[in-house]
Amino acid sequence: MTRKLLILLLVFLPFFDPNAYRVDVLATAALYALLALGLNIIVGFAGLLHLGYAAFFAVGAYTYALLNLNLGCPFWVGLPVSAAAAGAAGFLLGLPVMRVRGDYLAIVTLGFGEIVRIVVTNLEEWTGGPNGLLGIGHPVFFSYNFGVDSKPYYGLLLVLAAVVAWACSRLARSRIGLAWVAIREDELAAECSGIDVARFKLLALGLGGGIAGLAGCVFAAKQGTVTPDSFDFILSVMVLAMVILGGLGSVTGVILGAAVLSIAPELLRSFAIYRMLIFGIVMILLIRFRPQGLWGTAQIRKEMKGRHVSA
Amino acid sequence: MSSSELFLQQVINGLTIGSVYALIALGYTMVYGIMQLINFAHGEVFMVGAYLGLSVILAAGLQAPAAGSLAWFLFLIAVAAAGCAVLGLIIERVAYRPLRRAPKLSLLITAIGVSFFLQNAVMIGYGAQDRYLPSLLPAVTWGKGAVTVTPLQLMIFVVAFLLMVLLHRIVYATGFGRAMRASAQDPLAARLMGISVDKVTALTFALGSALAGVGGVLFGSHYSTVNFHDGYLTGLKAFTAAVLGGIGNIPGAMVGGLLLGLIEGLSAGYVSTQWKNVIAFAVLVLVLLFRPRGLLGERVAERA
Repeated sequence: MTRKLLILLLVFLPFFDPNAYRVDVLATAALYALLALGLNIIVGFAGLLHLGYAAFFAVGAYTYALLNLNLGCPFWVGLPVSAAAAGAAGFLLGLPVMRVRGDYLAIVTLGFGEIVRIVVTNLEEWTGGPNGLLGIGHPVFFSYNFGVDSKPYYGLLLVLAAVVAWACSRLARSRIGLAWVAIREDELAAECSGIDVARFKLLALGLGGGIAGLAGCVFAAKQGTVTPDSFDFILSVMVLAMVILGGLGSVTGVILGAAVLSIAPELLRSFAIYRMLIFGIVMILLIRFRPQGLWGTAQIRKEMKGRHVSA
Repeated sequence: MSSSELFLQQVINGLTIGSVYALIALGYTMVYGIMQLINFAHGEVFMVGAYLGLSVILAAGLQAPAAGSLAWFLFLIAVAAAGCAVLGLIIERVAYRPLRRAPKLSLLITAIGVSFFLQNAVMIGYGAQDRYLPSLLPAVTWGKGAVTVTPLQLMIFVVAFLLMVLLHRIVYATGFGRAMRASAQDPLAARLMGISVDKVTALTFALGSALAGVGGVLFGSHYSTVNFHDGYLTGLKAFTAAVLGGIGNIPGAMVGGLLLGLIEGLSAGYVSTQWKNVIAFAVLVLVLLFRPRGLLGERVAERA
């Protein structure tokens, strides 16, 4: 109970923090937590190694940006629509890639991520090309405009992340979650046990994509601008690193991973240009000494010792 | 420029850049063959190779083609190859070997860590802006009509070709090559036959990294600039080339590299340079969907 109170306190403290920079770092951490939770469904639950996750984030961000700029669509309508669009993208990507597995899936998704980013860069008439889109509307809650202050976004992202985290842990224990574990462990055996492998894989991709869409929509509304640079391969890799470092398949773990990997570079700011250099070393050391992740589940720990989860 | 001239010119350009892709792709494919690991730090090794070349040029105060330039050019290549071979050994030792028993996903994370480290080390040492890398070969063009080839292009092609022949000899006609193929086929059986798989893996890393280093110098000279970000996209494309040919398959990486270069050159000439990368990646996705083992690959990764 005291632990829960402590967590609640930590989570709500930033609302009284006068330091705008610190709140912004936390808002970014919450955004990453949302993304990591989504990718965790795909990689952690269903065991599909996805290297182009940033593409779903981009679909969500551009969906809201275009709807808002062209049709004046309000944020609260844009949010579910962006999620649906990114979820549909995940589903559509899933249809052709059901045939490939393991490393090959990783490569196809990587190619997909790059294609989306370059297409967005090149379709200048719609997306503004490399300069991106400007002047995207901020959310308005009744008469309160979120504006450029990070605090309301932190709150919103916190609520979204909490709901998604809750849903994920429920999902993990449901029949769907069990089916995903079965597929992750042994696809052939799962198929033989009567699990519709393709359907559950598509579901994981659709849900994971949809969550990235939510994050993308909030991101676009918070920044007020979207540019293709925000959705490069590095982002996909960072979110994946959060999932793996936090603990594949563990909801608490991936949130922790997102917090550590998004806040650590900020804490290293005093090292100036050596910051990312040190960050690289930290990543190597973390995985060296804790291969199951910071918060690896007993299940994952067992797998990490015995057989390979994925390639 | 007539249409046949345009076609020929793009084929020449494509083969030039394609032979660089092939050199880098070989490193991906050899490491994959032996460890089933996609070495995501490989692109950074290529970038470091280009900077090693730049360092020699700066240290020796070389500027433009002069007498003895060709010897210097070959010296740059040798330095990049040697430096990157050592770098490859270090990466294998620090980032991969301690995790031999860990799942492949943890290796992905250490590879990313190594990438961050190398990119930022180079950025700190040489600055974040593009650095000018002068070509040491004469800036003349040979050719007929609108179809031209530069000495540098010819050199890139020749160097890449000779290295690939050499590699082919090493892999298929030496004891080390046999040990390498045995380790790729069945590590346990190889160990039982008295092969030190650790040593073979380390040497494979060194060999692949040396080729990437040479690729770095050739690529940097071709575009006249180097940047610490260069490793990412080029590495990705070389990887595409490796997959195109069939990952784990050595002749496949060569064919894949040249083919990818051709596809890129022709799409730059007939579609637009903006879209050439989309076309390259679209080809990758299509190949994987319809012929997942690649053009020459015999193995299918069934590791879920």
